[in-house]
Amino acid sequence: MNGQALLALRPDLRIIADHVAPGSRALDIGCGDGALMAALRDHAGVDARGIEIDAGNVASAVARGLSVVQGDADVDLAGYPSNAFDYAILSQTLQTTRAPDKVLDELLRIGGRAFVSFPNFAYWRVRASLLWGGRMPVTRTLPVAWYATPNIHHLTIDDFRAFLKARAIVTEGAWFLNGDRLTSEWAANFRAEHAVFLIRR
Amino acid sequence: MEHDQRFGTQRSVTLPGPLALDGGQILTPVTIGYETYGTLNGDASNAILICHALTGDQHVASLHPVTGKPGWWTRMVGEGKPIDPARHFIVCANVLGSCMGSSGPATAAADGQPYAMRFPVITIRDMVRAQAMLLDHLGVRVLTTVGGSMGGMQVLEWAATYPERVRSAVIVASAARHSAQNIAFHEVGRQAIMADPKWRGGDYYASNDPPADGLAVARMAAHITYLSEDGLTEKFGRKLQARESKGFGFDADFQVESYLRHQGLSFVDRFDANSYLYITRAMDYFDLAEEHGGLLANAFRGTKTRFCLVSFDTDWLYPTRESRSIVQALNAAGAAASFVELSSPFGHDAFLLDVPELFRVVDGFLKAGGL
Repeated sequence: MNGQALLALRPDLRIIADHVAPGSRALDIGCGDGALMAALRDHAGVDARGIEIDAGNVASAVARGLSVVQGDADVDLAGYPSNAFDYAILSQTLQTTRAPDKVLDELLRIGGRAFVSFPNFAYWRVRASLLWGGRMPVTRTLPVAWYATPNIHHLTIDDFRAFLKARAIVTEGAWFLNGDRLTSEWAANFRAEHAVFLIRR
Repeated sequence: MEHDQRFGTQRSVTLPGPLALDGGQILTPVTIGYETYGTLNGDASNAILICHALTGDQHVASLHPVTGKPGWWTRMVGEGKPIDPARHFIVCANVLGSCMGSSGPATAAADGQPYAMRFPVITIRDMVRAQAMLLDHLGVRVLTTVGGSMGGMQVLEWAATYPERVRSAVIVASAARHSAQNIAFHEVGRQAIMADPKWRGGDYYASNDPPADGLAVARMAAHITYLSEDGLTEKFGRKLQARESKGFGFDADFQVESYLRHQGLSFVDRFDANSYLYITRAMDYFDLAEEHGGLLANAFRGTKTRFCLVSFDTDWLYPTRESRSIVQALNAAGAAASFVELSSPFGHDAFLLDVPELFRVVDGFLKAGGL
């Protein structure tokens, strides 16, 4: 994939956009104003559908011609039939759900594969903030103070790996990001700000 | 097209029929009052059918011949609006059973006398079939359908009955079935009409003295359901009308009372009581899932139609959960569906009022479909 719209995407979304097969069907859960969906549609002919909780974002996405349903990942995924999509995409949303394990189950039921991206709470700056400052971290990827953060289920890359292993979920791909640069898998749990996983049953 | 008598405002056509009705009867001929705006393009692909609500009419964007007021959806339809006669060929027809030029209880039957209660009971699907006959007459095969409230029910029915004809569908503040509460409110209205001694079993046309009191009460009861409690409180509260203190009688002491009385009275000038009975009945019978084996998703199986649904957070007549269940059915059927709940203080009536987000959503949805 190429094009200006792709370059403008958030780094984790660009990774996802680069790895969704052209012409496939994708459900973007927490799709925001539809930036990823529009890129997938325009550059890869993907039949993209979205779910988004914020009405203003839904209106923006619909106004750009996308099929987006206002809804909540915690409750509305149940309405989708099994294997309806080739990919289910959950970017920067897992840590805000009430029941992340059930949401992941739904992702793998609805889509053959799932992209999941999340901020890594074991990133060294986060550790340092707690260790040296004794304060909950406020970083570029976790920009909101403790009382206002939407994140209610903090997780680390190693937590997620353990979760996948315990449930025999297959990892097809993993990308680790520091800022907008990819970092190696080596010590990713310490060095990466956030991660993107491609998983399947 | 300018010289084609089929197109323009204040049109009417009598089609030979027959129209086979869900109730088992056959209606022939079928007269439909309608208006068109704009020009059908070369490949007849820019047609938008607007479906009106219970007491609406075909005067969607033209002056109403009885009230002299502007059309009922001039915020949505007009130059520079989401539905624009400069780009779209717009059709709005008076529904079957109504009283603004389409076949209904006030129309003359074969014996020259008004049908009155001899008019067959009709359904939303019958209304849609009549509209399809009109569109055939106008040379429109494929179209986009747009409607709010009962209009939204017609849009859903269009998509289910003629999936190959409906490219895009916009459903605002509507539902795929009438709930028990909806039916209950309608029954209050019907009983008010039929309890009026002037109703006379529906045979009041010769007298020139229709059951206006009953119809006004029906309208007053319905009007409450179109608003929200907060909206009513904000607008009227417990304020008194043109007096300093309570009158200790049964005049309209409160502003909200005189407002409702005004709504009821102005309604009887433009609407027929029997039409109110027939159309509310059609709405009560509406249950799209039931028509498709009890599973709403079956109504949309294999559909290629793009759907856009909008609900309003203060609408308790057709609440958001009704739209959500339609969206779930559309998702289950794999249809391309968008849905948003918009915030408005105006209750069900919001779809007729100034809600910029509504116009933005509809505009974007239509343009994305190449309209």
